[in-house]
Amino acid sequence: MTHILEVDRVGKRFGGLQALTNITFNLEEGEILGLIGPNGAGKTTLFNTINGVYSPEEGTILFRGKNVVGHKPYEMAKMGMSRTHQIVRPLKDLTVRENIMAGACFGHENHNLLAAGRIADEMMGFAGIKAKPDQLAGSLNVAQKKRLEMARALAAHPKLLLLDEVLAGLTPSEIDGMIKTILDIRKQGVTIIMIEHVMKAIMNVSDHLLVLDYGQKIAEGQPEEVVHNERVVEAYLGDPNMARRLMEEA
Amino acid sequence: MNKIASFHPGLWLALAVVAAIGIWPIPAQDAALREVSFTVLIAIVMATSLNVLMGYTGYVSFGHVVFYGLGGYVGMYLLNDYHAPLPLAILAGGAAAGLLAFLLGKAILKLRGAYFALVTIGVNEAMRTFISNFEPFGASTGIALQFSVYGAYGGAKQALWVVYYTIVGLALFGVLASYLIRHSKFGLGLMTIREDEDAAEVMGIVTPNTKTLAFVASAILPGMVGVLFFFKNGNVEPGDAFRLGVSIETLVMIMLGGQGTVMGPILGALGYQRLRGFLLTSPIFKNAQLVVAGILLLLIVLFIPAGAVGWLRQRFAWLRKVLA
Repeated sequence: MTHILEVDRVGKRFGGLQALTNITFNLEEGEILGLIGPNGAGKTTLFNTINGVYSPEEGTILFRGKNVVGHKPYEMAKMGMSRTHQIVRPLKDLTVRENIMAGACFGHENHNLLAAGRIADEMMGFAGIKAKPDQLAGSLNVAQKKRLEMARALAAHPKLLLLDEVLAGLTPSEIDGMIKTILDIRKQGVTIIMIEHVMKAIMNVSDHLLVLDYGQKIAEGQPEEVVHNERVVEAYLGDPNMARRLMEEA
Repeated sequence: MNKIASFHPGLWLALAVVAAIGIWPIPAQDAALREVSFTVLIAIVMATSLNVLMGYTGYVSFGHVVFYGLGGYVGMYLLNDYHAPLPLAILAGGAAAGLLAFLLGKAILKLRGAYFALVTIGVNEAMRTFISNFEPFGASTGIALQFSVYGAYGGAKQALWVVYYTIVGLALFGVLASYLIRHSKFGLGLMTIREDEDAAEVMGIVTPNTKTLAFVASAILPGMVGVLFFFKNGNVEPGDAFRLGVSIETLVMIMLGGQGTVMGPILGALGYQRLRGFLLTSPIFKNAQLVVAGILLLLIVLFIPAGAVGWLRQRFAWLRKVLA
């Protein structure tokens, strides 16, 4: 299999704060990578570094075989990368449909409005948005906003999708629905990296896990291995019995 | 789907309102009525064009009059010194304004919010000072048109009507362009930037170019209108060409009518100019028209931030079908 993303010894500093140190990992096409770690570990910073919001001081990032260090977010989007934000960013005064259309229009497929409209109608159903297409995005509830954010990212038909805590703040039944949607996305051949704190969910959907702590990679591998790793238990899971319980639940 | 694929009745309504204002003085060939409509139509062009930057893109500019002033100067220079035909002078005024917007856009559109707004005030002051010292443009005395220039248009009286018909055409064109931008992919990009510029970048909108293009699009018509106004006026001076008050009044018109809508700037311009006409002729307010504009702005921001058209659209969903 080919690597869609190769992150090699990436480091990111903010003044005196070393936010990411020596991060290295490869991502195969079509897999789901779960990114976990305590708050402040650098997970969202890693996303921001991968999609061009920040430029790393050290290391290289190859996306689809091309070094993308120093690229702007819009250049990454044009190369087929989409993301959602931890704190949802709906375009409040635009309609639900216009939000999704914007995702389709400006991504790497560069659709015109007519085609974007068709994609938006399709994505509404796929992402399970129950609002009316001409409703203003600002009027949606949190769960629907999260789905809208996802639909907007998907409308670009990305090669790589970065999902930043799409499950946070959802009820258990909403989480189940969202997991199903994520697995459906993978079936379409989209590679996914997801940041998540809902362990049960991440154990279920991830092919691999990568654990960050204080900006460093402390573990990587199959979910079952990782949750038994001592350092992971100590830094993130806390309770040694947690790993066993997670395995049982999954 | 229909909203984007076909023309909205709101466009026809907007064009009909502008056409009605424009045609009103024509049958009677009434010069006084013509002057009233002329002022309103100029305001419509100014407000509609600024709305592309402010209403669609979300960038508040206090420098809109700079494009009007620069366009006016370039046009007057060509008319007076090179005896250029009026259409050429108008196009040159628009082009000069567009070019200035392009250069300015590259320099200052990376600023956001209040910082951008503040810098645009600085641009206005800098431009006025520069022109006041620029010899080819007559420095502080400006350019006064030789009366013979009007001869080519059948004398001054006839020239006034020529200017008027042109302004009617430009206003209709401006409203049509505003509608087309609002319902294009480019417009969707602008509104995405207005709602959340960082998210827009992540979604793949090349924000620096898109914003610059919006700035250029908003500058061209004011540049053209400036040529017409000062041609009609007969002379142009730095103080008249770069009056900060004009930019502020244009902002008030947009806020009054409803930013981000096609109809809003039209109604705002009409409403504000009628009010201004009343204030200027009233003994109490004649020196205080900007005070009233300021209070009006305050009241709008506090109570109906969406403006008249925005408020109507929010309040009565069925009106969205007829108010673009």
